[in-house]
Parts: sequence; C-alpha cells; structure tokens
Amino acid sequence: MSGMPSARHIALAVAFAALVTLPFWMPGIYYINVSSQVLFYAIFALGLNILVGYGGLVSLGHAGLFGITAYATAYLLSMGLGHTAAILGALIISLGCTAIFAALALRATGIGFIMITLALGQIIWGLAYRWISLTGGDNGINVKTRPAPFGVDLGDPSGFYYTSLVIFLIAVVVVTIFVRSPFGAALKGTRDQPRRMNALGYHVWAIRFWACVLSGLLTAVAGILFVYYTQFISPQTTSLTASAEVLLMVIAGGPATLLGPIVGAALVVVVKNVVSGYIERWNFLLGAIFVAIVILMPEGLVPGTARLWRQGWRAFRSRRSVVLAGSAEPKP
Amino acid sequence: MNFWLVLAVNSVTFGGLLFLLSAGFSLIFGLMRIPNLTHGSLFMLGAYFGATFITGVFGVPMNFWLAAILATLLVAILGALTERLLLRKLPGDALAQVLVTLGLSFMAADFCLMVWGGDPVNVETPDGLGGFMRVGVAAFPIYRVAIIAIAAVFAVALWMLLDRTRLGAMIRAGVDDPDMARVVGIRVSQLFTIVFALGAGLAGFAGIIGGPILSVYPGLDQDMLPLALVVVILGGTGSLLGSFVGSIIVGFIYNFGQALLPELAYFVLFLPMLLVLIFRPQGLFGRHVP
Repeated sequence: MSGMPSARHIALAVAFAALVTLPFWMPGIYYINVSSQVLFYAIFALGLNILVGYGGLVSLGHAGLFGITAYATAYLLSMGLGHTAAILGALIISLGCTAIFAALALRATGIGFIMITLALGQIIWGLAYRWISLTGGDNGINVKTRPAPFGVDLGDPSGFYYTSLVIFLIAVVVVTIFVRSPFGAALKGTRDQPRRMNALGYHVWAIRFWACVLSGLLTAVAGILFVYYTQFISPQTTSLTASAEVLLMVIAGGPATLLGPIVGAALVVVVKNVVSGYIERWNFLLGAIFVAIVILMPEGLVPGTARLWRQGWRAFRSRRSVVLAGSAEPKP
Repeated sequence: MNFWLVLAVNSVTFGGLLFLLSAGFSLIFGLMRIPNLTHGSLFMLGAYFGATFITGVFGVPMNFWLAAILATLLVAILGALTERLLLRKLPGDALAQVLVTLGLSFMAADFCLMVWGGDPVNVETPDGLGGFMRVGVAAFPIYRVAIIAIAAVFAVALWMLLDRTRLGAMIRAGVDDPDMARVVGIRVSQLFTIVFALGAGLAGFAGIIGGPILSVYPGLDQDMLPLALVVVILGGTGSLLGSFVGSIIVGFIYNFGQALLPELAYFVLFLPMLLVLIFRPQGLFGRHVP
C-alpha cells in the first residue's frame, strides 16, 4: 500500500509528459485533431460525471446544455459580437438554462430525473430543428473565425490542442478540488443517504442544485471549445444520441472516478472516429456497447479492470501463499 | 370555423394515437418502475413491419388489418423477448435497465435505417376508409375519425382489462405495491413479461395505425418517445386515466402549436409539463412521484 502513491505519481507524470509532448510524437495533423476532440469531450464527461457519478443523478439531456452553449456562441458571433463577449454571453446563457433545467429536473430524483432531463433535452433538440429563424434549422450556424487567446493561433492544430489541454488541466484540477472538498463529500452523501443528510441538517436540494450548476459550467466550457473546433453547430449536436454518447463515456470509463470519464472520452472518440472511417453503423455499435457494458461490466472499464487486476493479483498471491503454507504445514 | 374544427379532429386523432402509445409506456413504468426508452422504437418498428406486410412478403400483399395484427404480434413478441432476455438479467437495478433500453433504441433505429433506408415509407389508407365525411359544412377525413373510434374501443377494452379481470387486478396490485403483491402470491415477474408484451404490442399497433397519416421515416422513434414521456409526466405514471387525459391534452397542444406557432410547437409542449412539475410533480392522476 505504501508503494501505491509513488507508482500513481509516476504514472501521472508520464501521462502529463505524454500529453504535453503529444503534437511532436503524433504521426499527423489528423491525430492531433482527434486528441483535441478527446480533450474537450473529456471536459464534457467530467462535467456529467459530477452528476452521474458523485450525485447519483443520471442526466440524458446534457447534450441539450452543450448545444445551447454552442448555439449561443455561434449566434452571438453571427450578430457581430467579439469573441470575448460571445464566450461570456454564451456562458451566462447556458448557466441560466442550467439553473432552470436543474430547478425543473430536481422536482424528482432517480428515474424521474432521467425522464425530465430526457424530455428537456428533446425539447432543445426540437427547438434547434424547428426554430429556423434563430438556429438555422437543419443548416445550422457557421462560425467563421476562431479567437487567438494570448496570441495562440487556434487555426493551427497544435495551437488548438494546447489551448484545449490547458483548459482540460484546469477542469481536472477543479473537479479534483471539488471531489475532495466538503461540498463534494456532501454531494456523495446526498447520493448514498439523502434522508440521513437531510436529518443531519444538510440542504439536499441546494447541494444537488449547485452540483448541477457546476456540471453545467464544465459542459458549457466544453461546448465553447467544440463550436470553435468544428466551426459549425447543427441540431445533431443536441440529439439524444449525443447525450447518450457522453453518458457512455462516463459509464464506460467508470462513474465516480476522476480517471474514468477521461478514459471513456478517449475510448468513445477514438472508436467513433475509427469506426466511422469504415462503416456507417456507429449508432448500432454505440447501442451494442451500451448494452454490453451495462450487462457485463456495470461499474465501468477503469474500476472493472482494477477489480479484475486485484482479483487476479490476489488469486496469484493466495495461490502462492497456499503453496508456501502447504509446503511448511499441510492442512487437512 | 371549419379550420378550427378540422384542427380539433386532428388533435383528437393524434391524441388517440398517443394514448395507444403511452398507455403501455405508463403501465410498464407503473409496474416495473422504469421508463421504457425503446417505446418510440417499438412504435416505429410496428409501422415499418406493417408497411412491409402490406406491400407484401415473398410477393404476397396483405390486407391492411391483417398486416396490422401481424405487426402488432411481432412487436409484442420483441417486447416480451427484451424483457425476458435482457431486463430480467438486471433485477432491481432500474438505472441499468433504463440504459439497456436506451442502447436497444439506438440499435433498433440503425437497424431500421439499414433495412428500410432513409426515405419515408408511405402507408396506404385501408380500403373503404379513404375520402371524406361531410357533417354540415365541415368535411373530415374518414380515416382520422376511424382512428378516434379505434382508440376509444381500446381505451374501454384496456379499462375493462384492468378494472374487471383477475389479470387486471394483479397488475393493479403490482403497480401499487409490488412487494406486497409478491407476498400474497402474485407472480409479479411474470406480470412484467405480460405487461411488457402488452405495452409493446400497443405501441406497435399505434405505429401501423398511425402510418397512413404520419408515414414512416427514420427519426419517427425520436419524435414519438418525448411525446409519450410528456404524456406520462402530465398524466402520472401507471394510471390509465392519466395517459388518456394527458394524450388528449398533448394531442391538442401539439396540433394547435404546429398550426399556430410552427417554429415553437415543441416548446409549447413544454408548458403544461412545466406547470405540472411545479404544482403537481406526481402528475395529474399519479399516486406517487416517480
């Protein structure tokens, strides 16, 4: 056990070094772009994980929030606003929507929460499709320019990658602080024992509400990176499929872990990019992976692999100790 | 005047279809405590199966009603298999069950796209029900009136089933208190399969019956599922009366919304849901908050 933290630190340092030097060892621009996608989807998944993993509140409407931010950014830019104003405006709009959504969805918990978030997400999707004067309908909205924060050119794949990386690392730090904070502990408390938390004097509703807002903030940040990456936003981004994709990232990686959503995001983005290069059946595969993970490895790939590894190691050790003990003193 | 009357008839027709769709959804929810996210897919599959049977399998075209019955049975069997083979593996884990139905709905949508392609499939109005019916100055499409009649017959039949039969009493007991129902010797898990098959069949039937007015297209499932959700949030889970009233309300709001505010039709739906969530979170006729 004493060796664990240092091993973990080494692994983290290696991962960090790999991320920082990534544009130098990736074989091409395409792969750097995919890495950028992984980063902003990881931010999105980290945001959803706050609700799904730590709050026990499964949202199927997060792509709606993601889309609202992206639409707001694109729309404000198309109105002629500058990048800073558009980004701030989009953040305010999406936090406002998050607060409204949270207030509605938190009328229920558990399955009721899923249903309400699903209905809200579908309403956003319906609006994106049909409110053509605002959203451009199926044609979506184009974003013509990218900002240049601190002189970094976002048109350059490496520039975009490093910007995403910095924001991603900030998001990881924020989520880590959150999870270890009293607020994070209280949220986990409301997940496991809402009644006892209530009896202890915690305001369960308020804790869940602010968790929704934090989740919405991370989602919004990811949405802004997304719209600058694709320079285009269409109703597809807000669909139930998109909500399910990010939920799959969280569930596949392992909810209520820090690493899980990041691994899940990498997995889903890479599989999606690779698969859509060969076949058109991404949705079928997405559904099949969903069913398979829920039935076969319900705790997610990261905790699931860790469990199998521990079990294997324990089995190996116990067999060895049985052999040793057996050689010393045979048991009846 | 005529415009409003026709719009009202269309609303009741759509409400009737929604009732067929959401009654099963509501019963499954009431009994198994999960929203069946494949419900939109079952509606779409019913429509596609029916359309295929009508154009003919192995070169034998079928009568509309025969095709509808076959499609309904096929979808009911699919529903029963889903429950038996997949949801049964995750007893008591509502979240996992919901996620499995979500995964299945994606697989079903992609399967339909693969088999029937991206173009809408039109379903012919059944013989003898085409054309219009004149009442005074107004003219109503006969088929839409027929759908209202069919939905009314099904509403009465379902009510009789739930209220007057032994099976119905067992289902109601399971909805109210599954643990107690088990204790008194009702095989609740068997009810799950029956109710799932019943709900799936109703959804598939609604799909093929709605075919002549909605046509069948990829994405139909994602159009219908939220409507069923809104109906159940409005009416309350596990309540037949709730689905009935909720369906009619949603039918009216959806049709009038589309006619008067085409860009915001989806958003207008949101309004009654919002009011119900704020003032009566268990739904108009529900007994407990989901």
